[in-house]
Amino acid sequence: MTSNNQVLERVIIKFAGDSGDGMQLTGTQFTNTAAMFGNDLSTFPDFPAEIRAPQGTIPGVSGFQLHFGSVNIFSPGDFCDVLVAMNAAALKANLRNLKKGGTIIVNTDGFDPKNLRLANYTDNVSPLTDGSLDGYRVVSIDVTKMTKAALSDSGLGTKEIDRAKNMFVLGFLYWMYNREMSFTIKFLEDKFSKKPEILAANLKVLHAGYNFGETSETAPTRFTINPAPMPAGTYRNIMGNQATAIGLIAASKKSGLDLFLGSYPITPASDILHELARHKNFGVKTFQAEDEIAAICSAIGASFGGKLGITTSSGPGIALKTEAMGLALMLELPLLIINVQRGGPSTGLPTKTEQSDLFQAVYGRNGEAPIPVIAAKSAADCFETVYEACRIALEYMTPVIFLSDGYIANGSEPWRFPNADQLKPIKVEFTTELNGEKFLPYKRNENLSRPWAIPGTKGLEHRIGGLEKQHETGNISYDPENHEFMVKMRAAKVEKVADSIPDQTIDNGTEKGKILVLGWGSTYGAIKGAVIEARAKGIDVSHAHIRHIVPFPKNLGDLLKNYEKVLIPEMNTGQLKSIIRDKFLVPAIGLNKIKGMPFATSEILVKIEELV
Amino acid sequence: METTNTTTPTMTSKDLVTDQEVRWCPGCGDYSILKQVQTVVPELGIPREEIVFISGIGCSSRFPYYMETFGMHSIHGRASAIASGLKATRPELSVWIISGDGDSLSIGGNHFIHLLRRNFNVNLLLFNNEIYGLTKGQYSPTSEEGKITKSTPMGSLDHPFNPIALALGAEGSFIARSMDRDPIHLKDMLRRSNAHIGTSLLEIYQNCNVFNDGTFEIFTEKSSKKEETIFLENNKPLVFGQNSDKGIMLDGFKPTIVSLEDGKYSVNDLWVHNESDLTKAGLLSRFFERPVEGTGHLPRPFGVFYESARPCYEVGLNEQIQYAKSKKGEGDLEALLRGGETWEIK
Repeated sequence: MTSNNQVLERVIIKFAGDSGDGMQLTGTQFTNTAAMFGNDLSTFPDFPAEIRAPQGTIPGVSGFQLHFGSVNIFSPGDFCDVLVAMNAAALKANLRNLKKGGTIIVNTDGFDPKNLRLANYTDNVSPLTDGSLDGYRVVSIDVTKMTKAALSDSGLGTKEIDRAKNMFVLGFLYWMYNREMSFTIKFLEDKFSKKPEILAANLKVLHAGYNFGETSETAPTRFTINPAPMPAGTYRNIMGNQATAIGLIAASKKSGLDLFLGSYPITPASDILHELARHKNFGVKTFQAEDEIAAICSAIGASFGGKLGITTSSGPGIALKTEAMGLALMLELPLLIINVQRGGPSTGLPTKTEQSDLFQAVYGRNGEAPIPVIAAKSAADCFETVYEACRIALEYMTPVIFLSDGYIANGSEPWRFPNADQLKPIKVEFTTELNGEKFLPYKRNENLSRPWAIPGTKGLEHRIGGLEKQHETGNISYDPENHEFMVKMRAAKVEKVADSIPDQTIDNGTEKGKILVLGWGSTYGAIKGAVIEARAKGIDVSHAHIRHIVPFPKNLGDLLKNYEKVLIPEMNTGQLKSIIRDKFLVPAIGLNKIKGMPFATSEILVKIEELV
Repeated sequence: METTNTTTPTMTSKDLVTDQEVRWCPGCGDYSILKQVQTVVPELGIPREEIVFISGIGCSSRFPYYMETFGMHSIHGRASAIASGLKATRPELSVWIISGDGDSLSIGGNHFIHLLRRNFNVNLLLFNNEIYGLTKGQYSPTSEEGKITKSTPMGSLDHPFNPIALALGAEGSFIARSMDRDPIHLKDMLRRSNAHIGTSLLEIYQNCNVFNDGTFEIFTEKSSKKEETIFLENNKPLVFGQNSDKGIMLDGFKPTIVSLEDGKYSVNDLWVHNESDLTKAGLLSRFFERPVEGTGHLPRPFGVFYESARPCYEVGLNEQIQYAKSKKGEGDLEALLRGGETWEIK
């Protein structure tokens, strides 16, 4: 073996294959191995909405993009260096996202006439032989054949043998990138502990792939990507929905309130329900309701009873919850509404990402109905942000909307997780004493928050409801003066939340300057990368990223006025931009992408350069 | 319901009256229902603070404002969903859902059927007046076909729901019917609803004297009540009629009215009511013809159609939590944060 060994700073690999080819698992295994090794990384799974779309077709292609490096990584990256294509459709769907001169690792068996026809290659001419891939480095491997050969005496059926072929590719990539296989070996041992023959087959094929790299001359170069300089600490890899679920449990523990989740399955939010349902030993109660409305209403019932009531969904489901959100805000009960946004409107693009529910979150209710809105910027940030959302809900007796999206919900990154005692305590007090001659359920404290007197509290029996209520007594009131007063009071309470949140900071750059790129939510990584590159080119540009959208941090307006231009990249047609313009009269400029795909760093960089 | 008698001074119905002026139209059947509830609840031995009334929207849904307990006047159709979340997390509370025919059978139909199949231990009082009162008189899902209302000037085309049959189909574990004009029976049914462990559905025929006056008159008025109704009692034969002179016999699966006076049949020949017989409850629920004089139709049943013991959702939910804790130990936040695989950066 005489391969060269080249050291690289960063690599972007896209694993693509038929949705039954196990590409998500392959990608996740490679990711976790890279994470354990100490690389910084960011991932982006991209899969079809159909569970099993027609095999071999472009709609059936499932992909997993991984960006890892010895430098800090902020996004899954724009164009990949390596494309793994398990069949012709996977190549066709992803070739345009491969860098010129990039490497394509193909499973030649996936390019037979049938696969070529299903992928719509003209006259079934294989791109592997017609010269169209001349600009790339193509590593052709008959993965299917080699997997079969490796398992010829395993006694397994064709179907089971075929399912192991992703392990061959994984083994080969481990060889190519000089990786230990111990993490995956342990994973397989756990997963197939009760099926020794399947375990043996997977391990055999994994090693066969690795050894193939070692012995064949197909890919003469191996690569090394050293660990990244990351802040000292203990890390784990985490996906956004998982971080959200853990953040909720942490808030439950730190507030001393049992968690109740009322939810109805919907892509891409369901994994929060799944994750929470696994943790019943934390006192977590999950309730799969009959519909989205029952989901939020059951959570309101739990909140009324003194629990941490939560509901999770995505755009279409949130639309159905709207009326109940209004009820929660009238009742002034704590409630967390989680929207893992996806492409809309209507059913839209269930598995694709978008930030187009911001208006819905900020404005989308009947009547004057302000609700705090808070957004996570990355997979790991979901933890801290959802924890903060719970704090606001409980300390201010209000529903809070937490926005995530499909991109960070399913994407993953290394997370320097906190110790439990590092988490800010969340203060909750149930009222047990009369606060007047009679109990006044809407008498407010210094936060303008009302007392939480839960059923079972002797002497504090009271009624609340969705009708307008009289100040302090909470009795039904149709008095015009009182209504205006209460509308303003509810708004003032939400504004008051700003007293408890930190000032807006600059993520990168200077407090004053020519251009500020202002972002919210999952555009963080792409903006971060673009601003770093632009500043390296000497451009006067800074980056601020907003977590609190309702209410904004108190200094935001002043901060924006320190820049000549404010650029707001969003995966919508300019919703934050409109809110910023309306609120601060700042002529913010939009950069908008509505393709169901996250921004590429380069797209933002081009816009920054254009503004200079 | 938990009916522990360990409470403080005896509650009286006056203790359940709030300082809010009752705003139903004078003569509304809701007044009687409120009164019977306020009479029965103190007998149940449940501390006032452990009782919660949750309603949706509609005339009946104002009810919680008039009960000096914990209460919530929620949104249209959703009281059952809210009560489910409350009962799931606070199983020790006595939870009462107040709803109407529009609230539970139209806009909240979905929650109604799912509440019944899950069998939370709550009481659902369904005030059925066969009309929309609060919105001033449109037909409801229980209004008869052809009903002339503001929204159906040429008569309603909707075929009405049979709430009892619907509840049986939704796997309800306690299904009963009463009426506003029979306080003794209503109180008895309220006690039975409370005593049942599981979701108790009590349909209450309630007169809307403004928009649908007299719709149940034939069942409630002295002159016709005995001929048009039959009061179900467990293990008792189905007897009705002005002088208890008629009975129901089963001819195969066909209920038949027989005379007890002509010497052909005696009480011993009659169908004996068995609250745990689901098949017969189904037949009873179909005693639902519009009463037209001289047609020999079956009388309308009142009382408990069906009762069965079935596990309650909240009990199972709490058992799972306890089991998970006993198996895995009380959740350790530190371990959860750490997850499976970690690595150090120095």
